[in-house]
Amino acid sequence: MSKTITIDGKIIPFQDGQTIMDAALAADVYIPHLCHQPEFTPHGSCKLCTVKINGRNCTACTFPASEGQEVLSETQELIDDRKKITQMLFVEGNHFCPSCEKTGNCQLQAVAYHLNMLDNHFPLFYPDRNVDASHAEVMIDHNRCIFCTLCVRASQQLDGKDVFAVSGRGINRHLIVNGESGLLKDTDLDVTDHACSVCPTGAILIKRTGYEVPIGQRIYDHQQIDQVSLATEHHKHDE
Amino acid sequence: MTNKIRVATTSLAGCFGCHMSFLDIDERMLQLVEVVEFDRSPLTDIEHCSNCDIGLIEGGVCNSENVHVLREFRANCKILVAVGACAINGGLPAMRNHIPLEECLNEAYLDGIGVENPQIPSDIELPLLLDQVRPIHEVVKIDYFLPGCPPSADVFWKFLTDLIDGREPSLPYELVHYD
Repeated sequence: MSKTITIDGKIIPFQDGQTIMDAALAADVYIPHLCHQPEFTPHGSCKLCTVKINGRNCTACTFPASEGQEVLSETQELIDDRKKITQMLFVEGNHFCPSCEKTGNCQLQAVAYHLNMLDNHFPLFYPDRNVDASHAEVMIDHNRCIFCTLCVRASQQLDGKDVFAVSGRGINRHLIVNGESGLLKDTDLDVTDHACSVCPTGAILIKRTGYEVPIGQRIYDHQQIDQVSLATEHHKHDE
Repeated sequence: MTNKIRVATTSLAGCFGCHMSFLDIDERMLQLVEVVEFDRSPLTDIEHCSNCDIGLIEGGVCNSENVHVLREFRANCKILVAVGACAINGGLPAMRNHIPLEECLNEAYLDGIGVENPQIPSDIELPLLLDQVRPIHEVVKIDYFLPGCPPSADVFWKFLTDLIDGREPSLPYELVHYD
């Protein structure tokens, strides 16, 4: 007989070695997340997937499932926490959706829509951040980076390169690239690398492709991120 | 007539796009004015707020006059609403926040292409610019937020009819957009 946990009272089977997130995705239960994708080593940094496991808050993407755990996810308290976390992500960077070509395809925005986030609540930082447009085919807009490290992991784990890293702490945290000048053009990044298309926000963009799909017809314009996530990541999880 | 719900509107550091979108409720405006009377608004040309039920604020604050107008609205409106991206996060005008104010003025009035008779305006009638454009919730308490650039006419309609009919306003997924 297979081992099980419960998430919001629903019985979810799991196998040894799976995290709460793995088990949830396999059972078509969506837990909001930004820094996690099933094909990469979990990072646990965005904290959106925080759930209550046997009374303690843990990140579902890093916490191993074990027999009999009682997991709470869609409680009002955790939903409110997730909204506050998302608001903090917004005010910490410069996220101006109307002028971002990722709008409608952006997971940060989609999570905010999913949580019915209508305001930023906090004062805005407006941090000074640069744009690196030096590369012929790819650009980095640091204003939109949320330090999920998906590009770091994709470059290392799928592309066999080491193009990206995150440096500094707190408000000085920033994405760096592996090249002598510190510019993207002096790295071995190629436009076909997975690292170029893994960014959940508009921080890493492939040039001259931003408006191929018109605003209004994009992924999250008519579909919530929970449906998209379960449809695409459940499939990846099974591979 | 005095029993009508009084609504005031203004555009601070905005482009009037949100007001245009509000007018996109089209013939529903006739239904609205059955129960609503407009107070201070670009639609009426009334210069100062009297006591109102609802105040709709488009745009962030970029100068001293914006701050005065915003405080006048807060003092007179029972319910104050941030309308659109600029009111909520500063929006496009806030993209100047990374450029020192002096550099902005120099570019606009002294060094820019096509500037004639270069001089930085300093008439006492002109409101002073703030060093940064800020969202309105940093200045006064805001009761509701309508995101979008602009919020669609349906957002205005859903929000106002919810309020007028005595429901807690809520926006379904398809009406929540930041772009």
